[in-house]
Order: sequence, then C-alpha cells, then structure tokens
Amino acid sequence: MKKLLSKFPANVEPVEIRSFRHTRPSRASGLTAILAATLALTATPALAQNVAITGGKVVIGDGSAPIEGATVIIRNGKVESVGRTVPPASMQIIDASGKYVTPGVVAGFSRIGILEVEAVSEVNDTSARRSPFTAAIDVAPALSPFGIPVPYARASGVTRALVFPGSSSGLFSGQGAVVDLGADNNMLMRPQAFQYIEFGENGAEKAGGSRAATFLTFRAMLQEARDYARNPASYDGRSKDSLLLRADAEALGKVLNGSQRLMIKVNAANDILQVLRLRQEFPSIKMTLVGVAEGWRVAREIAAADVPVITAALRDLPDAFEARASTQSNIGRMKAAGVKVALGQIDDEETLRLNYTTQYAGNLVALTKVPGATGLNWDQAFATISSGPAEAVGMGGQLGVLKSGAVGDVVIWDGDPLELSSRAEKVIIDGVEQPLQTRQQRLRDRYADPTEGALPKAYDR
Amino acid sequence: MTFKSRRASALLFLSAAPLVLSACATTGSAKSDGKSSSSKTAFNKNPYPSTYKPYPGTATAIRGATILDGEGNEIANGVVFFADGKVTAVGDASIAIPEGTTVVDGTGKYVTPGIIDIHSHLGDYPSPSVDAHSDGNEMTSPTTPDVWAEHSVWPQDPGFSRALANGGVTALQVLPGSANLMGGRGITLKNVYARTMQGMKFPDAPYTLKMACGENPKRVYGSKGRAPSTRMGNLAVNRATWAKAAAFKKKDSGDRDLAMETLAGVLDGEILVQNHCYRADEMAVVMDMAKEFGYKVSAFHHAVEAYKIGDMLRDNDVCAVVWADWWGFKMESYDGIPENAAILQNTGTCTIVHSDDSNQIQRLNQEAGKALSNGRRMGMTISDATAIKWITSNPAKALGILDKTGSLKSGKMADVVLWNGNPFSVYSRPERVWIDGALMYDSANPKLRPVSDFELGQPGEGDVK
Repeated sequence: MKKLLSKFPANVEPVEIRSFRHTRPSRASGLTAILAATLALTATPALAQNVAITGGKVVIGDGSAPIEGATVIIRNGKVESVGRTVPPASMQIIDASGKYVTPGVVAGFSRIGILEVEAVSEVNDTSARRSPFTAAIDVAPALSPFGIPVPYARASGVTRALVFPGSSSGLFSGQGAVVDLGADNNMLMRPQAFQYIEFGENGAEKAGGSRAATFLTFRAMLQEARDYARNPASYDGRSKDSLLLRADAEALGKVLNGSQRLMIKVNAANDILQVLRLRQEFPSIKMTLVGVAEGWRVAREIAAADVPVITAALRDLPDAFEARASTQSNIGRMKAAGVKVALGQIDDEETLRLNYTTQYAGNLVALTKVPGATGLNWDQAFATISSGPAEAVGMGGQLGVLKSGAVGDVVIWDGDPLELSSRAEKVIIDGVEQPLQTRQQRLRDRYADPTEGALPKAYDR
Repeated sequence: MTFKSRRASALLFLSAAPLVLSACATTGSAKSDGKSSSSKTAFNKNPYPSTYKPYPGTATAIRGATILDGEGNEIANGVVFFADGKVTAVGDASIAIPEGTTVVDGTGKYVTPGIIDIHSHLGDYPSPSVDAHSDGNEMTSPTTPDVWAEHSVWPQDPGFSRALANGGVTALQVLPGSANLMGGRGITLKNVYARTMQGMKFPDAPYTLKMACGENPKRVYGSKGRAPSTRMGNLAVNRATWAKAAAFKKKDSGDRDLAMETLAGVLDGEILVQNHCYRADEMAVVMDMAKEFGYKVSAFHHAVEAYKIGDMLRDNDVCAVVWADWWGFKMESYDGIPENAAILQNTGTCTIVHSDDSNQIQRLNQEAGKALSNGRRMGMTISDATAIKWITSNPAKALGILDKTGSLKSGKMADVVLWNGNPFSVYSRPERVWIDGALMYDSANPKLRPVSDFELGQPGEGDVK
C-alpha cells in the first residue's frame, strides 16, 4: 500500500503556498491539534451583526413545521432566539414578510474548498493516490474559500458543508472537515471532524481485490493503531510488515477511542450488515454510514444500531451491483423505519453543483405524490439538508437549525426553498450578511447580449 | 463528471460530451428499399432496419389539463385527443370527443409532448456500470466514423425504464462517446423496451455522426503519443479526414469503405452532425470547417459557452444543446453559466436542454425548469410554452424527426406525457406516458412499469424506482 515519494510529478503545487488563517494541526502533537480545533471553533466573524429577522415563515430545520411570522434573533454570530418575541429596540430589523426564513443549507457530502476544476490537477486537492500517507491526510490545509465554487454554492443558500477527502493510496482516505462558506479568509469550522473509509466495491479494490481483504485490512490497521496508542515510541511504522506509517497510526487512534467519527461508505445491503457487525468488535467507534444505496433493505438493522446515514436522494439505478436495489424511496423508507437520514451528493458533483441540494430535497417531497413510492413531507425533507447532516457528523444543535446557540446561518428565500424557481435573497453566515455575487453572473452580464459593441467584450465589465 | 468516481466516470468524462446520435437505419434520402441511388454499386444503406411497431392503444382524450403543445402554445383547460397512434386534435374544451373514447381527467395537471433527450448513452454505457458494459467509445483511432452506436446498444439497460417513468422520455438519441474526433454514428430510439436494438429504432429517423472538439480527443490520443495532441491537431486530423471523404465521394468507385460511407452521407446531407463542443471559439472554427467541406452541423452538444455566440449559431441555423447548469468539471467548461439556455433563447437560437446522463435524463423537465427560472430572474420573458420546446420540438428538429414527433400536432405520433403538476416544478412527476398512442407507463398501475431482464428476479424488482 505504500507508494514511493518519487512518484510525485514535478508540477505539483505545494499546498503551503496558499494562505489560510488556520493551518493544519501538527500530527505529532495531540495537544496542538486540540488547540487548533478549539481556535477554529471559537473564531467569530469580525463583522457579525446583531439582527432580528421578522415576519417570515420560519423553518427551524429539525423536521418541525414552519412557524409563520416568528422572529429570529441573531446576536454575536449565533442564533439567540426564535419565537414570537418583539425584537429589542435599536436592533437592526430585516423584514422577511412573505418569505421563507431557514437555517443555512448544510451539504452532507462535499469537496467544496478542495477542488476548483475537477480535471485540472493543479486545482484538485481531493485525492492523493501517490502519497504514502493515508489516514493521516487531513483536508484542512487544502481548504480554500477563494475558488469560484464557494461563492457559487453560497449564492444557492448553502452555508456549511461536510468536506470529504477523495482517495488515498490506502484503505483509509483521510480526515474530513466541517466548513462554512462565508466570504472571509477562513472556511474551517471543525478540522479533523471525521475519518473516511470506503467499504463495498471500492473498498475491496483498495484492499487488494476482495471484501474479505477489506475487513482483514481494516482490523489489522486498527490493531496497529492500538499498538501505537499503547506505546508510540516503540511503534515500528517503518518495517516492511507494518501497514501504517506512524502518522497514520496516530490518526487512527482517534477513530479507535471514539474521539473522531468514522464515516464509512457502504452501499449493498449485505455490506451494510457486515459493517454494522464491526460494532461488536470495536464498540468505541462512532460510525456514520455514507452512500447506503440499499439501506431500505436493512433499515430496521440500521435503526436498531442507531447509526446515522448520509445518502443520495435520487439514486435509483442499479448502476453498480452493490446498488442493484436502488430506489428513490430509499430515504423515505429508512426514515419510516427510524433511521436518522441526511442527504448528501455522494460523488455527484459534490463541489460544483451544491445548488442541487435543495432540488434533491424537493424531489423527496415529489415522491409523496407518486403511488407506491415513499417520500418525505416537506419539513422532514428540509431537515435532511439542515439538521440531518449536522447530526450525522455529531454536531447536532450547532449548525443546521435555528435554535438558541446554533451558528447564525440564516437564508431568506423569495419562495419555497425547495422549488426550482426560488432564490436565496439573503444569506447570513455567522451573523454576517454575505455577498451573493458570482463569477458566473459576471459572464452572464457580459454576454446577456452576445453581440460586440463599440469595443470588444474584454472591455465590457 | 467525477471521472474519479466509478459511478459516473464512463459517462461523464470520456463520453460526457458525446455528440449526437440518430437512430434509424434509413437515411433521409434512402429509398424505401434502402438501396442507394447515387453510387455506382448500390449498397444497402439500411442493413439493420427498424422493426419497431407501435403497441396498440385506445382512442384517448385528456380533458381539462393545461397543455404545453411544443409548438409554443399554452392552452388552459384544453383537450388532447389521439387515436390510432396519432394526435388527432389539440385545442380548447370545445373539441368534440367521439363516443367510445377513453377520457382522462387532466384537471389540475399538465400535458406535454413526450420528452426527447438528444444526448444519451443509455444502452452503450448501461447499468450496471462495469467494464464489460463499457461500449460507448471506440478509443482505438481518433476517427471512427465506421462504428455505429446502435451496435453497442444493450436493450436491457434498466435506465430506459427510469427515463420513461420518472422523466417522461419517449425518444432519445444514443451517441458514441467523445474520445474521438469522429466517434461514429448515433441512433435515435423510441423509449420502448424490445428484445433487440432494432425493435427500439425510431422508424425513419436519420442517422447522425458524433463529432467532438476540444480536450477529450487531444488528451486521449496525445497520451498515446499520436495525433491529435493539440486543438490544432484536432482540426488537422478532421480536415484531412473530410478531404479524404470528399475524394471518396468524387471517385464513387463503388468499393465499400464503411468510414467513408458515413462521411459521404454527411456530405450528402443524409446524416446529421451532432458535435460535442464546449468552447465558443471552437464552435466558430468548426462552423467554418463545415463550410470548407460542404456539410452542416445540426447541433453543438455540451455547448457550455454557446451563450457567447448565440447570434452566430442562430445565423448558421445550428442548435445549441446545453445543460441547465453544469460547469467547471474541466477547463473547457469553466465558463458555464446557469443562464446559458435563457440567453440563447433570447438571442433567437435553437435551444435544447440535454442530459448526457442516466440520472438527469430522468428529470430534464426540472433542468429546463431551472434554466427557465434563471432566465426570468435576469429579466427575460420566457413562457412555459417556449421552455418546453427545449426538451421536445427543438431536439426533434435537430434529430430530423420534427415532422413525426416533438409536438402535439394533428397527424404526429401520439407521444404524450400527462404530468401531475407543472412540469417545471420540482414537485411534478409523469403520471402517464403514451408512446405512439399506447399507454406505456401509468403511475397508478404497477403492471405498466417496465422491468428489464437484468432487474428481473433481483431485489427491488418492480419497485417504484
């Protein structure tokens, strides 16, 4: 599984040249990592305003019914209250009468910030298949809010996202983050929020060719991580027999002791059952299942295990053998069985088209009118793109809801946020009203009339 | 476009920009016996003829629905009447409905022509997406006009059923992928399952030729150390091939040359060029190349930058085939904007929304709906009745089948979708779909939900997908 560093192409841009307020915590020091995480979590935006949003149809985001005419008060970048309260005098008021007021949309599966042009390797930091490191890879220092995908997603009402690493050279893909999409220098909300691994067909390929090898490799690697945790000094990550480099072994220690969530991509019904059985062996591991195309077939087992799920809304083709029973009713059926479900664009334009998030949620509502299908009611559907992803990453109550203490992310929509014709009119992140301009709009305006005028288009701006 | 993901890779990256396809074996000028009339040695231009036959239907009237007829009209509380597989009458509530007609109450619902996806790889990159099923790119030469997409179509692709039930798709063009400059012939299919590809072929639709500009051909062949490795190489190989085709046509020796026969068909105007091309400047070059060699481009597909040259496309009578909002997955799609279709429509360009995707083919109505909303937001007045043309009559025009389908007009094939709401709403789905007047999907009747051989006996068989 180890690859030679000499495989690096000469033109790989070192990530260090990019500017980030928070650099990646050192792998060598757990204390440093904790400190860095704390800093990121407590960073408050400089321009946070105290504001009361009044008169709107307020969606809490937890699956409850909207509250007509409620007032949302944002103070110091956080939600202070939602209710029938009269806004304090002198507080800035935004009149949202006739509009929807919702928490910012949370993308449950994304690579926003670590990718700009997918097929241009210089601006694609999702995967590191030529790196010798695996589990220790951390997306945090690659995150950039300055690429054009971030404002594009923000303009569609997405304010937070779970960022997943792509593939590594090994079974564990690395550590993902939770980010905000605010127009500032730092998008990192929680670094090292989870470790990511793929089981199923991809996992079998990575482990050498079979599912059996995947499970064996998983166990053996965690055993090495345990060895490391017991005595780091004696851990020999350099022998030919070792599966993990020291940094990878250290990183997996957090998975083993449950201080870091393990996101497991798995799709086939049987693979899901096998993964759930790992909980007996590794009771401390906090799992979230990702993908879960055939989840409806084993929904009771997933619900009984109380493992949250991040899944695609509309996967309905047997596009892989592991997804042969795919149906758009997957989410509705899992929800009905008591599974905690979040929506994510799993390997589905998870960076460049996060504007599909609301469209996909709307389709879950559409299913309720199709005979024999199982969808979600509107309130539940919205929750799959707000509180759902937050809970799936173990941050319920902190984002994705308009409840006291949650981040001050609010979107005001000119209509039903799940409808194709609606638009995010105002986007507030951490209490700061966001610019909604995009590069796409500049191109649009330049070419609204494509014919050239007195000067070339290059002068038209 | 995630070429890294197994799920989407084949379609989105290499074949993501495939060209046009067209289906039927009979070219526009072929005689009914399929024999060529122009060559010294006659050969059969239609050796794999369509065996599609419409399924029986009953005379049906949909009453009380809002009709978007694909001709640019919206009729409130209208009537669509069809019998013997053809549209018989479309109009307001005053249309008389003969006795014995099956009457469908369309109150609160919408009726549109069957949706047409001008850019699909169903059958050529079917589900499941395994190597054994990867039949869309003949990546062994940059010009393969001798290959025909129809010869890769697996008629058991489960994707056809999803396109029907969730997307209301009644016809689609299956194209070769975009690895090659000239990827081969495309084919237009009726979206009706059959035992054979021939059983799905759209009767008398012209063949098409898929071509591709830009990054894909130069990357695929450049990486093999052969031409083309640059955009100028793309043009040089194309031009040399067209010059050869012109010589072949002039010589008219009667010797068979499968590649040249396809290109001669293009030069004769019998085969329609469907050209994958993202960038505006490259489309302009291709239009000049077409003039140089005396052929016409029917449509540019994946025309992400078409909005920059809508006037040129309009003046050259070339359709622009676009996604609602795909962008950024590669350099040549970096300037994609969600107002592309709307600006094209506003410029008077023939505008088409396509999928190139086994998922989005299931919701072309939503894609068109987004494109429509984006245009309205920038102040354009675009009616629902105009926007529905992007996925009905305009693709029919670019495929050369507008005289047969694509709109609800007396005498045309009764390819009809009854939607349970406005098709441009996220909350709407097809309720019933008729193809040639036969009811091929009814959301209320599980027996009218097709199940491909692949899915038979598998978990989820017959499920509402």
